[in-house]
Amino acid sequence: MNGLIGAVLFLILAPIAGGLIAGIDRKITARMQGRVGPPLLQPFYDVGKLFEKENVVVTTAQNFYVLAYLVFIALSGAIFFAGGDLLLIIFAFTLAHVFLVLGAYAVHSPYSHIGAERELIQVMAYEPMIILAAVGLYMVTNSFYVADIAAATVPAILYLPGVFLGFAVILTIKLRKSPFDISTSHHAHQEIVKGITTEFSGSTLGQVEIAHWYENIFLLGFVYLFFSWNPVIGVAAVAVTYVAEIFVDNVTARVRWQAALKSGWLAAAVLGLVNLAILSYMTIGGA
Amino acid sequence: MQTLLFLILFPILAACLLLFVKRTTLRYAVVTLSALFIGGASIYLLIRYAFGDAVYFAAPSEGASMAMVAIEMVLALFIIYMGAKFRNYLAIVLAVVQAALVVYLEISFPGSLHAVNNLFVDQLSIIMALIIGIIGSLIAVYAVRYMETYHHHHPEVRDRQGMFFFVIFAFLAAMFGLVFSNNLMWVFFFWEVTTISSFMLIGYSETEEATKNAFRALVMNLLGGVAFVVALIFLAATEPTSGGIDLARVLASGDAAVILIPAVLIGFAGITKAALMPFSSWLLGAMVAPTPVSALLHSSTMVKAGVYILVRFAPVFAGTFAGFSVGLVGGVTFVVASAIAISQSDAKSVLAYSTIANLGLIAACAGVGTYMLVWAAILLIIFHAVAKSLLFLGTGAIEHRIGSRNIEDMEGLIVRMPKMAVMMFIGIAGMFLAPFGMLISKWAAIEAFVQVPFGLIFIAILAYGSAVTVFFWAKWMGKLVAVTRNVERVEKGFLEEPWAPLYIITGLVIAAVFLFPVISSTLIEPYVLAIYGATARLAQANVGIMLLMMALLLVLPVSFFLFRRTAKHLPVYMGGRPATPDLHFAGSLGLTREVQTRNYYLTEYFGEAKLFRPGAVVCTILILASWILAGVPL
Repeated sequence: MNGLIGAVLFLILAPIAGGLIAGIDRKITARMQGRVGPPLLQPFYDVGKLFEKENVVVTTAQNFYVLAYLVFIALSGAIFFAGGDLLLIIFAFTLAHVFLVLGAYAVHSPYSHIGAERELIQVMAYEPMIILAAVGLYMVTNSFYVADIAAATVPAILYLPGVFLGFAVILTIKLRKSPFDISTSHHAHQEIVKGITTEFSGSTLGQVEIAHWYENIFLLGFVYLFFSWNPVIGVAAVAVTYVAEIFVDNVTARVRWQAALKSGWLAAAVLGLVNLAILSYMTIGGA
Repeated sequence: MQTLLFLILFPILAACLLLFVKRTTLRYAVVTLSALFIGGASIYLLIRYAFGDAVYFAAPSEGASMAMVAIEMVLALFIIYMGAKFRNYLAIVLAVVQAALVVYLEISFPGSLHAVNNLFVDQLSIIMALIIGIIGSLIAVYAVRYMETYHHHHPEVRDRQGMFFFVIFAFLAAMFGLVFSNNLMWVFFFWEVTTISSFMLIGYSETEEATKNAFRALVMNLLGGVAFVVALIFLAATEPTSGGIDLARVLASGDAAVILIPAVLIGFAGITKAALMPFSSWLLGAMVAPTPVSALLHSSTMVKAGVYILVRFAPVFAGTFAGFSVGLVGGVTFVVASAIAISQSDAKSVLAYSTIANLGLIAACAGVGTYMLVWAAILLIIFHAVAKSLLFLGTGAIEHRIGSRNIEDMEGLIVRMPKMAVMMFIGIAGMFLAPFGMLISKWAAIEAFVQVPFGLIFIAILAYGSAVTVFFWAKWMGKLVAVTRNVERVEKGFLEEPWAPLYIITGLVIAAVFLFPVISSTLIEPYVLAIYGATARLAQANVGIMLLMMALLLVLPVSFFLFRRTAKHLPVYMGGRPATPDLHFAGSLGLTREVQTRNYYLTEYFGEAKLFRPGAVVCTILILASWILAGVPL
């Protein structure tokens, strides 16, 4: 029952919280760049405006894929906040992203094609680390269920510092922040044509934006799992992590896809695997 | 027992009949009827034996065993003849060595070569029988019309369809024999028949390349065959403790140190047959054969024999370093083959590498061999068979229609061949996306490896392997769904008949998701429970979520009706230049230029040249390590 409430709350509140975080993000980013920045609610105005735009498409199929993307992102996040199986959630997110990529392929346009290929490279770059993060949390809490992991009294972060850092690296990819915003960027200075979303407009683009908000909330929830033994520290850690991501976003420029792929895989190998290897050595030694 | 004998003998009967059928329509009738009988019998087998324990049958022994040895000798002579004809002396040497070893075995241990029960059936055999009986016969049905078109497109190839269908049905018979035999001598006999069958089918077109690749497959599989006979000799020599050639007694034998050696040798035979590295090249070479042959080799026969034997011996491997080493061969194969698949643009080549990768994963599960992993391995066998056969048959149909099997040429297939594209889409989704079966197995494998000592290395392999898997499948899907403009629709006019097997298998891919809880609870769990005394299953809540996702996937296309009317259509963005919908834009000097899109293949990182050799070297070392670890007690 708790699970169902969590899922429903996520479905209703996540877009609001996600939009607000996007607003705060833009405000902080602006301050870092010495600007005043837009009002806090600007992301809502932007998305609201998108839904009033004329319905223009290259092919009607694109609407289908983007809708499927939004639906599965929301579903995956809902499973997360319902306390479901972390691996299933990760795979459900992959399914959602494949739909976005297919939408970009479906329009058959040169810009979105390159965006789609790059998005796939991003998926390939972050997937190993995110699986290792789930496995790491399992090794500490003995469960893949978010509900159990969140209820654990062990400070997971102390056992998984490397995994957390590795996760922070791929978090940059997932949040679409520099230096790994290779498939599409929030910043006009990174690209003139918007990569994977080039051909999406109006309400379709609005759906992509809302899906992104949903996903960001899920990601921050994932960060929280590392600190969940103490809610206060947990929330603070999520905030610090996010501000750090904004900082990195503003002091780096986009790298090439090779660097993005290598960074993701190296983070998984060096930070993630080594951490887990030490951890499993410790548990075998203790047992 | 009649059902078992029927499944082994009836395909042989059909095969002999087909040897003499010349007209396509008649052949179609015979093949379809036989397929119905075989499929029906395997379903009857399911109903009859699925709900009880394993059943053993004495079955006539003396005469049958003698006949098998005689046929083995004839086959050896046949290999020697073919080897001499095409000057492949390695094949001759291996055939002679193998025949000599068989003769030695028969002469030296006449007392130890009897099994109390020669045939048996349990849930694993039933699963294999269903795969062979349903998928295998559907492929045979598809093959009839395919071969007709094939000879139409390739007039230079000698028409030997009688032989072709004879071998296909003999192949099915051998596969049934293999999964029903409790006498390891019989298993070995059927094992050899599958080797020869694949040799005949790969070399069908009689071109230089086909012959060369057929011999490569033959040599590699004979190598495995030699290891198999050595294992048999070892078992016969240690009969009192190891259980001799009685599979059930061997598996139940308490003397782990003794049976580990033959298990690793038979496992090596499984590795060659399942085309794991360094033996993967024979399966890649097998692509020269007509597509139904590839479908058969990859999904329901041949390679599945390899992983079947590995899964059978998984309880022996469990908890041993030798088994761990065999598992690592599979694991390394999985990650390397998946990575190489990224760099391939030929559809059949991508499918082949994906098969090798998945067989590697199955071997990894079987080698480590805990009950959860065996559960995952069997699940992988089922789902892989269904989805992969669909993809091969689909690729064959597409190739005949658009004249190419390059993935780049499949761009816009959703417009040109919508039905085919949807089926391919479902097949590909079945290979890597939640909530389809392959993903369930990977997921279960991760959960299982976490609990194994040193399982972390497999977790790493799975984490990287799944990442590259997503990349190469998704970009292929992307090509299929690209909505290209101003292209002709070429689906109609294609021979109608081959579609029926495709529709059925597509249905099976989807049905497998819905039926998977039932398949697991009636077939896989009882088998695992009987062997290990414990079993794995997916939590009810997760099953519910998977079904919900599947239902959503089936419902979402309805949303197409919502979009249709109001939208305004515009050409794509071309840097602001005037553009037409079919990707032409106004260039400078008044010239119209065309834009083309191509997928990334990242050859520099994932090329065959870069990855194959290291992968093969590592796997060879691991195989040698498994032998040493089995021989040296730690």
